[in-house]
Amino acid sequence: MTQDRPTAAELVRAVREFLEGDVMAATEGRVQFHTRVAVNALGMIERELTDGPGFVAAERERAAAILEHDISGHAGDARDLEIELAAAIRNGSLDDRLDAVRDHVRATVREKLLVANPGYLPPDPSA
Amino acid sequence: MSGAPDPEALARAVAGTVGDGSVVDLRRLSGGASRETWSFDLVDAGGARRGFVLRRDPGEHVGDSDRSTEYQLIQAAAAAGVAVPRVLTLLRPEDGLGRGFVMDRIEGETIPRRILRDDAYADARPRLAAQCGEIAARIHAIAPSSLPDLPGLDAAAQIEQYRTLIDTFGEPHPAFELGLRWLAERVPPPPARPELVHGDFRNGNFIVGPDGIRAVLDWELAHVGDPIEDLGWLCVKSWRFGVADRLVGGFGSVPDLLAAYEGAGGRTVDEATLRFWVGLGTLKWGVICIGQAFTHLNGLVRSVELATLGRRVAETEWDLLQILDGGW
Repeated sequence: MTQDRPTAAELVRAVREFLEGDVMAATEGRVQFHTRVAVNALGMIERELTDGPGFVAAERERAAAILEHDISGHAGDARDLEIELAAAIRNGSLDDRLDAVRDHVRATVREKLLVANPGYLPPDPSA
Repeated sequence: MSGAPDPEALARAVAGTVGDGSVVDLRRLSGGASRETWSFDLVDAGGARRGFVLRRDPGEHVGDSDRSTEYQLIQAAAAAGVAVPRVLTLLRPEDGLGRGFVMDRIEGETIPRRILRDDAYADARPRLAAQCGEIAARIHAIAPSSLPDLPGLDAAAQIEQYRTLIDTFGEPHPAFELGLRWLAERVPPPPARPELVHGDFRNGNFIVGPDGIRAVLDWELAHVGDPIEDLGWLCVKSWRFGVADRLVGGFGSVPDLLAAYEGAGGRTVDEATLRFWVGLGTLKWGVICIGQAFTHLNGLVRSVELATLGRRVAETEWDLLQILDGGW
């Protein structure tokens, strides 16, 4: 069943704002440092809840294309495809398409950073 | 071994080497998720104060890192003219304070973001890369035969080590697989005779004052191998702390580093060799981040800080891909 508002992302945001405001102001030293770490972690969760599903779908499509898997009709797990891709890079079986592999890997790492730490990425020229 | 060390036990532990006194102003210094650093003053009967630092392993550790090796290493470095804090007391089991040692407290800054941004270090910053080169050359000139037995760890062994570790964690990292392939194709010829490698020579492990580097810390990862590893590690992007265009620690340039290194007796380093070691260092930090996250996930040390390091792995993957593409 559909949960009532706030959504999961909205709830996480509420907790993050509480930590960022009241808790940061009331703490110092290590506890304050760990509060900042927790605030960052909640920001990741918010972005993952919002953008994660789209990123995983795109990743799955790209990985399946490189591995030449038909994923229509069943749920080929993105993580399983990445495990297969990692093993194939190691054993050299994708050496005939390394440029495509690199493009995919770069795109996936970029999507991970868009969740984990968007500020780490250089400005997107297409944006 | 959680919580603050007992001040009376600490005073007893150091009495034999630095004299009687009472421990005051005991406080935990920031930094070091895997190891505790405490600062304290010892006040003697006449009221004279002297500052010390206690370094010790927290919690019940898996494995057995021998602190006496690190203690002897720091003493050898001091004898070779490398600025290090004087190590005074090696903790004994009967001290009841865990494994570690007590050393002189050297005033200065270790927090990289302050070293890179505070006005107090503005004059020092342009000199730090050359200082690093000189210090590294001095460290690498210490004959391993004069030291306690250190592990031998060359480039090929490290590649193998990180590949195995990645498999142990069981999470897919295609970016690291690309990196491992790239590295394995570019292993530099090992040095004619293996040299002492500090193993964690980077911004964050230097005590810096307005006059420059006052001491090199954290000798626990020292090993014998290819000394250029230290120069590459110093240039890893994670250790530039946001000042990405200053390749050396966020404070200096590669030509400054290498010229000073060579001038102080270090060997000539070409760009391809440095790039290899920056790449291997980037991979190493990525694997360490995975390991830190699993230290939390396995329940060894539950910590939000360790947990979130798992999500910093993507930064190192990004950096490694940049290096493969010819960037820094």
